[in-house]
Amino acid sequence: MNSPAVHAAGVTPNAPDMRRVSLRVNGKPYSAEVESRTTLVDFLRHSLLLTGTHVGCEHGVCGACTILIDGRSARSCLTLAVQVEGCDITTIEGLANADGSLSILQQALSEKHGLQCGFCTPGMLTTLSEFLRDHPAPSEQQVREAISGNLCRCTGYQGIVEAALLAASRIAADRP
Amino acid sequence: MTAAARPSPEPGHAWVGSPIQRLEDHALLTGQGHFVDDLHLPGMLHACFVRSPHAHARIRGIDRQRALALPGVHAVLTWADLPEAARKRVPVLLPNPAIRDPLNYWVLAKDEVVYVGDPVAMVLAESRYIAEDAEALVEVDYEVLPAVSHALEALQPAAPRAHLSVQDNLAGKLNMAYGDVAAAFDPAQGAAHVVRETYWQNRGAAHAMEPRSYLARHDPATGELTYWKAGQAPHLDRKNIIELLDWNPEKVRVIHPDVGGGFGGKTIFYSEDGAVCAAAVLTGRPVKWIEDRREHFLTATQERDQWWEIELALDDQARIRGVRLVMTHDNGAYFPWGIITPYIAVTTVPGPYVVPAMDIDLRIVHTNKSPATPVRGAGRPQGVFAMERILDKAAQQLGLDRAELRRRNLVQPEQMPYSVGFIYRDGKPVRYDSGDYPACQASALAAIDWQGFAQRKAAARAEGRLLGIALANYVEGTGLGPFEGATVRVQQTGRVSIFTGASAQGQGHKTTLAQICADQLGIAISQIDVVLADTAGISMGIGTFASRIVVNAGSSTLLAARAVRSKLLALAAHELGVAAVSMGDAGLSGAVPGLEQALELVDGSVRLRADPQRGISFAALARIAQAMPGFAFPEGVSAGLEDTQYFSPAQSTYCNGTHAVELEVDPASGGIRILRYVVAHDSGKLINPLLVEGQVQGGVAHGLGNAWLEYMHYDAQSQPLTTTFADYLLPMATDVPRVEMIHLESPSPLNPLGAKGAGEGGTIPAAAVIVSAVEDALADQVADRLHFTTSPLLPQWIVQRLHA
Repeated sequence: MNSPAVHAAGVTPNAPDMRRVSLRVNGKPYSAEVESRTTLVDFLRHSLLLTGTHVGCEHGVCGACTILIDGRSARSCLTLAVQVEGCDITTIEGLANADGSLSILQQALSEKHGLQCGFCTPGMLTTLSEFLRDHPAPSEQQVREAISGNLCRCTGYQGIVEAALLAASRIAADRP
Repeated sequence: MTAAARPSPEPGHAWVGSPIQRLEDHALLTGQGHFVDDLHLPGMLHACFVRSPHAHARIRGIDRQRALALPGVHAVLTWADLPEAARKRVPVLLPNPAIRDPLNYWVLAKDEVVYVGDPVAMVLAESRYIAEDAEALVEVDYEVLPAVSHALEALQPAAPRAHLSVQDNLAGKLNMAYGDVAAAFDPAQGAAHVVRETYWQNRGAAHAMEPRSYLARHDPATGELTYWKAGQAPHLDRKNIIELLDWNPEKVRVIHPDVGGGFGGKTIFYSEDGAVCAAAVLTGRPVKWIEDRREHFLTATQERDQWWEIELALDDQARIRGVRLVMTHDNGAYFPWGIITPYIAVTTVPGPYVVPAMDIDLRIVHTNKSPATPVRGAGRPQGVFAMERILDKAAQQLGLDRAELRRRNLVQPEQMPYSVGFIYRDGKPVRYDSGDYPACQASALAAIDWQGFAQRKAAARAEGRLLGIALANYVEGTGLGPFEGATVRVQQTGRVSIFTGASAQGQGHKTTLAQICADQLGIAISQIDVVLADTAGISMGIGTFASRIVVNAGSSTLLAARAVRSKLLALAAHELGVAAVSMGDAGLSGAVPGLEQALELVDGSVRLRADPQRGISFAALARIAQAMPGFAFPEGVSAGLEDTQYFSPAQSTYCNGTHAVELEVDPASGGIRILRYVVAHDSGKLINPLLVEGQVQGGVAHGLGNAWLEYMHYDAQSQPLTTTFADYLLPMATDVPRVEMIHLESPSPLNPLGAKGAGEGGTIPAAAVIVSAVEDALADQVADRLHFTTSPLLPQWIVQRLHA
């Protein structure tokens, strides 16, 4: 129902406008033909089969689809695949340690029960990864503000906030 | 959170009762979950629905030619295209004689639409993008009819009718009473005070972060129909599919994979469920439909619009003598879940208080809106809101402390089990099984320092800040029967499987059930594979709602695991040559004392206590129990190391709790800042404190949304006006405080775990306690007496009241 322009105009669309997109996702190069109107999240999920990123509202409020574009968080439901030509994308699939073990933040989320259904989790993880990188010693209020653009209906946020603070302290302890 | 989470219990402690990290987490944290939209099947078609833009209209014609001409469009289905069995209405679950017009969904609208978003046609295309293009090209000719939006107006004689087929909008009515209500309200017989008020609560959808998501596949060669759904009640879905498609029950399989939140909204078998399954049969291709958020706002079931005219009679000692109420329930257009919600709402009113007499007049009203069915709390938040608010008003009138008024009226622990006087929705009397309500209230008050508040208020006042405090109590019927089964099986690999019909939407059922099983079999939960919500895994099931899974599926798991333990012991005794013990039919008899003394279960083996070097692994025992062709079992050993139980509780269990809040109100903006939020609650024996705390914290967040953020606004033509997350506000991380929790554990005598249920208590009294605290903060800001009567209480309404 959130149809693009043809919806409002009520006209039959022309032949699909196909473009080639080349990008890196979680360090791996991809190149594919996409219709220009394809959102980045649909491209990731349905073309590259990286289904870890979720779609919760398709209007940029819930934050479940948050990914990192060249290290900066963005809504992949409001971004077109053709906009990220040449970019480095990070999704939830790229956040674990190289050996497959959970990252410090992922581990903290499990210990603090910062996830229940797991649907908002990809957006929480990408948002917090960026935040903790840029704010190594955050206050609780800063963490809450950082994730205020990510809705969670299950947890009441407390476990997520505690996990972020725990992860920050462990990352700091690891730092030489 | 107070629990320190661990991957396994402290040495020497059981799995049950320990704050165990979840089995579910690793996959979800690494993007390896399996939600319905993550499934891609070859040849899959994507569905999109053509929906009514009108709240009430007659369909005069549907022109699909332009849509069908679009490349990539496979079909546009209407009601007339459906298989014959699917051209009837979806069956009403839980029919009730009180329903006069038991109308439920059509799979696709036949000739009349009755709410905005009612599905009229279904487009099937090679991609969702093309399906949405085509949806815009389907032309529906509507004759717009008058719509009814407001439930009280709907009862006026001149009101438009919500359906063409009904005489009026009173869809059902019910009168329930116990005790001598007339005497209770008679001043001559001791009614010293009567307090009256009318309250209203607004509706909203469940808003799980994952929208509704459906995928159906029909294999014409075998006749098998497989349905993947983001749902809550797989066996009920299966029952409806069998009925609507007139299908062989043995050829329908429903699977709920990872489900991204439920909160009630995914329990329902909707129009779209039937349409997706029918389309897979008609096209011979897999069909997927993923709801978008706007559709969730329009069409997912919603809850809480109710009007309560309530009267409370008290004696001269402020003891409750009776309650009288008329409740009007906005049911929306259909009855997919019977009248469970208003029924629970009214029977929740007495709560933890002794109410000697009660009279309830319940009116259930059709409106042109999405149907009302349970959303987290399921009617209880409304019943609690009405009762707690009228108690606050009574305290105000009598000049009594709100906590003291409640204290005088609480059911005492020595009155347990306590019969209220009603019949609950399970058909059994409302009979509270256990709990210490005075201790619960007292612990919450102590935690929030109720006595010291006056001083804090005065100190804040000196700084120009307005503080308020409040408490609210509830009793919640949980653990509803009739059953939820579990199969426990030792596999030939030595791993253990648990199957149950219950589905999970984030509660952590896999972990909880594995903990229960692990204690019985002496293994770690990492050795257990839990399969939830696959109708091929277990023959019967009900579903996940009413905080019922631990009581029902948990107890079944416990009993099945005990039986499997006995089988392991019996077979191992034979293999290890433990003699001189009469084994009997070990599989049916539960624990076998003689064998328990001789043998122990450790790390996936059965070994001799006297000689731990001698043992036999579960894997070896499973292979023996699954047998070799032609060999006979020894006496007392039966096939397989597995058992299935369908535990059936005698009646509902009853949780209770007290919420207390201290908050600050900004009179200029109506903004609220919660300073402290305390929950003292008793949900029986805790299986995993970490997960219970998560349920309480999340439940409170949902209730806070109901209290002052979430407002589903319809105009007079029943057109929804709040259909994005920018208009309809869910609580954010900056809105929800840390909830301080006190766990009281009164084991339920009604199940072998002593469990009750923890999924909804966080939500139930939250609106009542927040609104009361706001009122307390602002009481001296207005010249007249201040009493807020609505939930939500939006910030702009607070400001309006202050300037009225």
